[in-house]
Amino acid sequence: MNLKTIAAATFLCLGAAAATGVAVAQEPQAARQQMMKDVGRSMGALAGIAKGEKPYDAEVVRVSLATISEVSKTFPDQFPAGTETGAETEASPKIWENPDDFHAKSAQLGKDADAALAALPGDQAAVAAAIGPIGKNCGACHETYRIKK
Amino acid sequence: MKLRSLATAALLAGVVGIGAFAWITAPARSASESWQGLGEPDIANGERVFSEGGCASCHAAPGAGEENRLVLAGGAPLKSPFGTFHPPNISSDPEAGIGAWTLQEFGDAMLGGVGRRGEHLYPSFPYASYARMTPRDINDLYGYLRTLSASDNVAPPHDLPFPFNLRPLLGAWKFLYLNDAPRVTLAGADAKIERGQYLVEGPGHCGECHTPRTTLGGLETAQWLAGAPNPEGGPGRVPNITAGEGGIGGWSAGDIASYLETGFTPDYDSVGGAMVAVQKNMARLPAADREAIAAYLKAIPAH
Repeated sequence: MNLKTIAAATFLCLGAAAATGVAVAQEPQAARQQMMKDVGRSMGALAGIAKGEKPYDAEVVRVSLATISEVSKTFPDQFPAGTETGAETEASPKIWENPDDFHAKSAQLGKDADAALAALPGDQAAVAAAIGPIGKNCGACHETYRIKK
Repeated sequence: MKLRSLATAALLAGVVGIGAFAWITAPARSASESWQGLGEPDIANGERVFSEGGCASCHAAPGAGEENRLVLAGGAPLKSPFGTFHPPNISSDPEAGIGAWTLQEFGDAMLGGVGRRGEHLYPSFPYASYARMTPRDINDLYGYLRTLSASDNVAPPHDLPFPFNLRPLLGAWKFLYLNDAPRVTLAGADAKIERGQYLVEGPGHCGECHTPRTTLGGLETAQWLAGAPNPEGGPGRVPNITAGEGGIGGWSAGDIASYLETGFTPDYDSVGGAMVAVQKNMARLPAADREAIAAYLKAIPAH
């Protein structure tokens, strides 16, 4: 009896997990779009400090760089087969033609963000110097792998 | 009898018509005087014009890295509704490139779309924009191109189906679409806006992608810079860069200039696609030129 309840509960949990899993897997387009928005927001925060529009804040710098680093590590896995279209995706078909290069470009962004994170730029000038190399990755990847709508 | 004279008249009209077509639409060479007295080319300005036009974007080999960006060996195929164009070798090689061309021949290609053998060139080479360029800029660009390395690569011919493979028909296209008139009339434009107008409408040839085209491939100038389908077909759309709906009316002039310099939009989205190469070229220009482009884009009619 008790065993049956446990089994049923386990079953329900598994079912719920599977359902959630499916729900997530259905929308990698939305997930990856959110990831890029997070990176954009982080770049904006860093650029605001670099330009002197916002005061230097070590915590903002750290969180922004960490977000960029984190996204870069899982971002290229958000493009499973079958998500080439839909949800107003701006993904270029070239992502699926050259997955290795696409992964390498994301890895480069992660490397540059990690380097900046390790040094943790300590003032406005250091932030300005750090975001140059990071920002170059945006265009370098978007040139080939993003279609503007 | 009457029928026969009618037929003769029709035939005569036809012959006259074809003759008139050929005469009106024949490739026109410039007067050689236009190219005299320009003096030695200013190479530094030529390099600047080279960036304004983004010549390397089409004429450098596909995938040429930073180190081969200036080897203009002939570029990646350009797909269009009319067929596939292959940008030619314009390196300084006298055989495969344009190293043996005179300034007048170069100027006729740039401003009139006329090739060295006197043939019409296809407007995939955007001479319908370059027609607004000054002889001085042409002379300086000519001088600068001669300083770049030679490549003996022979670019393939264009791959166009009938009837687009008939060059004489381009005469009619030019009759309709080739002129050096301003694309928009801007009352009370100051020197900065005028400089921006020159850069955008002339060497920068921004309208070639950002303005929709007619079925004959001419620019729909009533929709100047209002955005257009991807010229190579397929997904994606070239954005509206006027202040109209979906455009950049919310951007300040500073935002536009900053985007051209850094590749970041005001909300830190980044430049993508073919615009990446354009933006990198714009970043090479003096700040005043980017500000002039911004001032012009703020001044043009919203669509």
